[in-house]
Parts: sequence; C-alpha cells; structure tokens
Amino acid sequence: MIRFLLTKLLYLVPTFLGITFVAFGFVRVLPGDPVLLMAGERGLSPERHAELSHQLGYDKPFLAQYFDFLMRLLHGDLGNSLVTKKPVLTEFLVLFPATVELAIVAIILATLIGVPVGVLAAVRRGSWFDQVSMTAALVGFSMPIFWWGLLLIIFFSGILQWTPVSGRISLMYFFPPVTGFMLIDSLLSGQKGAFSSAFSHLILPSVVLATIPLAVIARQTRSAMLEVMGEDYVRTARAKGMSSGRVVMVHALRNAMIPVITTIGLQVGVLMAGAILTETIFSWPGIGKWMIDSIARRDYPVVQSGLLLIAAIVMIVNLIVDLTYGLINPRIRHK
Amino acid sequence: MTQTAVKLSDAAIRRRMIADFWYHFKQNRGAVAGLVVFVLLVFAAVFASVVAPHDPTMQYRDALLVPPVWQEGGRAAYLLGTDAVGRDMLSRLIHGAQYSLFIGIVVVSIAVIGGILIGTLAGFFGGWVDTVIMRVMDVILAFPSLLLALVLVAVLGPGLLNAMIAIAIVYQPHFARLTRAAVMGEKAREYVTAARVAGAGNMRLMFRTILPNCLAPLIVQATLSFSSAILDAAALGFLGMGAQPPASEWGTMLAEAREFILRAWWVVTFPGLAILISVLAINLMGDGLRDALDPKLKKG
Repeated sequence: MIRFLLTKLLYLVPTFLGITFVAFGFVRVLPGDPVLLMAGERGLSPERHAELSHQLGYDKPFLAQYFDFLMRLLHGDLGNSLVTKKPVLTEFLVLFPATVELAIVAIILATLIGVPVGVLAAVRRGSWFDQVSMTAALVGFSMPIFWWGLLLIIFFSGILQWTPVSGRISLMYFFPPVTGFMLIDSLLSGQKGAFSSAFSHLILPSVVLATIPLAVIARQTRSAMLEVMGEDYVRTARAKGMSSGRVVMVHALRNAMIPVITTIGLQVGVLMAGAILTETIFSWPGIGKWMIDSIARRDYPVVQSGLLLIAAIVMIVNLIVDLTYGLINPRIRHK
Repeated sequence: MTQTAVKLSDAAIRRRMIADFWYHFKQNRGAVAGLVVFVLLVFAAVFASVVAPHDPTMQYRDALLVPPVWQEGGRAAYLLGTDAVGRDMLSRLIHGAQYSLFIGIVVVSIAVIGGILIGTLAGFFGGWVDTVIMRVMDVILAFPSLLLALVLVAVLGPGLLNAMIAIAIVYQPHFARLTRAAVMGEKAREYVTAARVAGAGNMRLMFRTILPNCLAPLIVQATLSFSSAILDAAALGFLGMGAQPPASEWGTMLAEAREFILRAWWVVTFPGLAILISVLAINLMGDGLRDALDPKLKKG
C-alpha cells in the first residue's frame, strides 16, 4: 500500500510542475500591463514605471520570473491581489469555505438521491420508473445550469417568494465566522432565525450545483448495478433462496458501489466548474465568483494563484479517490 | 450445410455496415427522436434567413418586451415575444442555431484532429514520446475545463472564435487518451504486423492501417463533445467571454436577458430551452451511437 501511495505521489510531481507552469505562463501573456493597473487612474511617469517593473521583477526574462514564482510558491507566498493589496492566500482562505459548503451540500444531495434512484432503476429495469428516471437523468446531464438557476429564481424567489435571490445569509444577521461554514456558524451564533436564513439561502444554489452530478451518479449507479446483477455470485445468492432485497443490498450494491464511489469523487472537477456559474448567478461569495471577478478586473496574481490552487485541490481530491479505490479494490493496488 | 464464400465489393461491404448500424441505431427510440430534433436544428440553421419571420438584429421600437402570442398583450407578428430592445425572439433563436452548430462543428473538428494526431503518435511510438505527451495531457485535464477555457479566453481576448479555440484545447486530451489507448490495443494485432512485413511505412501503419479500427469510441466521444461544446460555449457567452452582443448566440442572449428575469420570463426561458433541447437531442443520439457502434459498451 505504501508503495502504491508513493508511486501515485511521484506521478503527481511532474503534473503539478506542469500546472504551475500553465498557471504562470497563461497569466504572464494576459493582455494589459500589471504595473499600469496598480497605478490606477493617476497613471505614472516612465521612470517610475521602470522602477516598479524592476521592483516586482516584471523586467526579468520569462524563465527567471517563473523560477522566482516557484521559489515564492515553495515559501507559501502566492502574491498579493493588485486590487485589494491583500495576500491571495488570505483571500482564498476566506472565500474557500463558502464554495466547500456549497459543494459538500450539493454532492450529498446528489448522492442521496442519485444512488437510490439508480439502484431502483436497475432492479426494476424496463419499468416506467426506470424509463422516467433515466430520461430525467439525461435531461439533467444536458442541463445548462446557468439557465436552470435563473428558472429556479424566477419560480421560487419571484413567483412563490420562498427563497432569497442571492447571498449566503440575510443582512439582518451578523456574527464573526468561526468555521467559515454558514450553516454551522449560524447555529453557533445562537441568533434566532439565523440558521433558517442561512439554510434558505443555500437551497437553490446547492440544487443547481447538484443537478449534473446527480444525473451522472444515477446513470452510473444503474449501469454498475446492471453489470453486477448479471454476475455468477449474484445468481448463486438467488439460487440459494436469498430474498431479492438481501441480494440487491448485500451482494450487488456493495460491489456496484466501487465504480460509483469513483464517479462521485471525480465530480469534484465538475463541481468546481459548476461553482463558477452557480456562484455568479446567486452572488455566492466563493472562489468561483472570485475567479470570474478577478479575470474581469485583470487581477493577475489572483487569477494565477487561484488557477493553481483550484487545480491543486482537484488533483489532490482525485488522488484521494484513487487511493480509496485502491483500498476497497486490492486488484488495482497490485497491478 | 455448405457455405460458399461470396466476394463482396468494398462498396457493398460499406452498404452492409451502414445497414447494420442503422438496424441497431433505430432500436433506440430516444436516439431516433434525438436525430429528428437534430435534423430540424440543422434545417433551421441552414435556412435561418428563409425560415425566420424577422431580421434577428432588427429592433422594433414599438414592440419592446412584447410577451409571447398566447399571453395577454402578445402579438401574432412576434410568436415568442420580443426582447428589451424589440428584437423578435423566435428569429433570434432560429439564427442562434447557426452559432451552436457552428461552435459544435469547429470545436469537435479541432479537438478530434489534434487529439488523434497526438494520441496516435503517443500510442504508436510509446516510450518517452508517450510519457511526455501524456504528462502534458494530464496537466490540461487537471484544470476544471470551464475555468481553463475562461482563463484562455481572457488571454486570447473575449469573442466567439477564441472561445471555440479555448474549448477545443480543453477537450483535445480526451481524444488523445482514447486514441492512444485504442492504438496501443491494436498495435500488437497480427494484421498490423502483416502490414509492416509487407513494407508499410510508419505513416501508413498509423493512419491507414490502425486508425480506422479505432474509430468507434472516438465517434461516440465526438458526439458527447459536440453537446458539451454547445453547453460550454453558451456558458462562456453567458459570462460575457464568448460571442459578444448583438450576436444571437443563445448563451449571450441569456446574459442580456438576466436583468429582466422577474419582469419578462420569456426572454430568459426560451434561449435556455433551446440550449437544453439541442444538447439533449445530441446526447440522445450519442447514446444510440454508442449502442450501435460498440456492443461492448451497450447499456443493459
């Protein structure tokens, strides 16, 4: 297992270096002059411009700049935002919990609905439930979620007035962040109504973000179940006179869950991309919206380091998925 | 029982393959429905200027935010209503089909050609060529596709062409990986050795001997990428980084309509519905293609 872990980690090193190079390289060639941007409206003299460029290292050759970037990265320095002047990492850590909260609620929602639907569709293969749920899954899979979010806002916020349109919690409530997760913080604050406010703000965004993973998980669970139910050991279990409920739950589902768990893990990338759209629609103050705003403002260091951090997170989560896969399925480990 | 071998011409073999394919494809009702919608979409795109009742950019100043015809205040001249500057929604949607199909075709062509070239090279030569290429592909795949496309567009400058290039770059590794795996599987087969012994060069081996036998998974992936490309291009348009107004691209239309969501439901609902229906139709076709082309992948 240790050896499996080490090879996996070793594989990540060149990929990670590649990611840093891409994040650095792209942003370096972005149009616009970072020094002029920092100077703002007032502008600055050519001498001062050259001086600042030199100070910030923008006048060095590309590779030298990349090397500096890597060195700073190793010291945990991701640069400062050109707009707020705050360290990028600080900003990231403030906003990240908002995205994580949204993503966790979405993936729980998608799993809790997707897996049972997939199992039932497989068990009752060809029934109306199978057909309706799989059609719905394909619709969900094809959904432009930015439009889906707008539709939900029109219906639930506009017509029914059940849920708020944007943000994480009503402005009525204020309390210092403890965990960064609004659901937990609002409970800890002890303020009346704070939790339900946070909860009602979270419903629509998490439903929107859950849509595509839900569809993927339902489809994957169904096909994994169908495959497993054709196996000899399932037939043997049936032949032994085991109740069909027990066959499905104990023999089939357990084995079918292996590819399903991988699928759930691989949704992290989908969630990150989805968060960009979802957070924009619902003005959710997370890293997706932060990236969009920073690209629009040409805030180089934020785009650069944000891209790097997000890719690194996706990479680490995929590694964890790989490792759990190796844990539950020894055949993979020893290949 | 005696069997007599019948020598078929190439054309006859091809005809049989197509007939066989069609037989399997039409078993899947969803796929046929998807195909019908897709054909309608192509029709709308090709004959947009004939079919559309109005010019998609014409602003009728006396008809701002007119609701669809069946709603109170709707007018027969504007079946699906008009937008905030008085442009006919239906005409804009019909012309929008051109954008979506164009985006799908361009993105998939670039991604497929790039991916096949790169994947064939990696799979055929193996060794360090393979290692380097696949590491680079891993790097691209490590980024969430929409985010990478966004940053690429920020680098290249917002616009439809750049959005298409960005999306194609992001999709290309999927094709490279598939091609590589298929080529590596086929490379060791006897017919390839036979061709090599017969004196075929590397180029011929790669592209004439091996590649045609690796096409099935690529076609399925291309269909899925076609629909994803439409979705991602619309998302970029929605975020203001894709096609720019006044283009009647569906995502861009949605972005322009956002401020009216609580006042005029139709300007928001129809463009999104158009995206959903097109993407759904193509995905249905993709499922049918997969079943018909690759019995191994057949679901259930």
